[in-house]
Amino acid sequence: MTALLLRDLRLAIRAGGGFGLGLAFFLILATLVPLAVGPQPTLLGPIAPGILWLGALLACLLSLDRIFALDLEDGSLDLIATAPLPLEGVATIKALTHWLTTGLPLTIIAPALGLLLFLPSSATLWLVIALLIGTPALSWLGTFGAALTVGLKRGSLLLSLLVLPLYIPTLVFGAEVVRRGAEGLPTATPLALLGGITLGCIALLPFATAAALRVNLR
Amino acid sequence: MTFTVTDLSCRRGEITVLRDVTFSVAAGEALVLRGPNGAGKTTLLRTLAGLTPPVRGTVDTDVCAYAAHADGLKSQLTVAENLTFWARVFGRRDIAPAVHAFDLRALLDRRAADLSAGQKRRVALARLPLTARPVWLMDEPTVSLDAANVALFGRAVAVHLQTGGCAILATHIDLGLPDTRTLDVTRFAATQTDDTTDPFAEALE
Repeated sequence: MTALLLRDLRLAIRAGGGFGLGLAFFLILATLVPLAVGPQPTLLGPIAPGILWLGALLACLLSLDRIFALDLEDGSLDLIATAPLPLEGVATIKALTHWLTTGLPLTIIAPALGLLLFLPSSATLWLVIALLIGTPALSWLGTFGAALTVGLKRGSLLLSLLVLPLYIPTLVFGAEVVRRGAEGLPTATPLALLGGITLGCIALLPFATAAALRVNLR
Repeated sequence: MTFTVTDLSCRRGEITVLRDVTFSVAAGEALVLRGPNGAGKTTLLRTLAGLTPPVRGTVDTDVCAYAAHADGLKSQLTVAENLTFWARVFGRRDIAPAVHAFDLRALLDRRAADLSAGQKRRVALARLPLTARPVWLMDEPTVSLDAANVALFGRAVAVHLQTGGCAILATHIDLGLPDTRTLDVTRFAATQTDDTTDPFAEALE
């Protein structure tokens, strides 16, 4: 299992691995918004939590179709499926790698992008906490979508359509945590719901992902 | 050990391709699958490897190591990294015997992307001894190998057979193995219209 994790992390940072693609997208989105709606702090401040969450979500989506498609193309997915690794474990490792290479870096640079969007400084900490707790759900849900669509021609568009609706709860509660944090309101309720969604995804989705892979590998 | 398969029915997609496949391979023996294109050789191998669940019958997939058409190499990784990954997946550390058997020492630090088709094939086949599994399933293993490398591969399989393993391979080339039997898979071909359970099948015909 650690061998697979190390291999995938190594592949992600090698040339053509796609690491940084999501980050660059996130950065560009956050710079485009002030250009599009105008640079007034009173305008940007209130929408900053929503923009940052939406950006994180779309950046996550960019690299989803690579999770299994590359392994299927070169034949290593077949070989991994016949190896003594449970497919549920493979699904977990794939989702974890995706989070380590997209969700975690996004969380780390989010405060800097918050400055660009005049996010109130009281909300910065909440932004980091909400992203840290919420983005794993995006990776685990995305891995499930990737397993469903692996092997399909033009599967990545279908993947986006499948996965985006599933991201709604995380988006709603994640942005709510930051909004409440910015206004100094208690954040415990949305934070608990956000954490609940993530834990549920981590616990249950690997089984669904493995089942989808088994069907698609036949 | 003897690897036995009884009354196995295999499918490709929704179609049952092979029916009541029965054979056994003893330790030290190689079984060569023969049959024209589309006879079901790959289907049988994929079923034995555990990738396609059989329609009927069971397979002990835990003893099988599978080498498919595709090489399954990561082109951005070096040969050593590719082999070490597979060794660790199968709980082993030492890739030296496999490297030696397939003469890969000079290629270890090269990226898989920079290898020729035949070299990639050799790296893909070197994965088999790393699995330490007794039954090697190989689908056209000699594709893109030249005569010298076919001989090299034949010796590696022979060593595996001598150490108590067995091999099931789909190939048209004589590898010069000592103890070889052939199995014609067309014997087990399932007729298309056999007991179909699809109520719309008739309407479609």
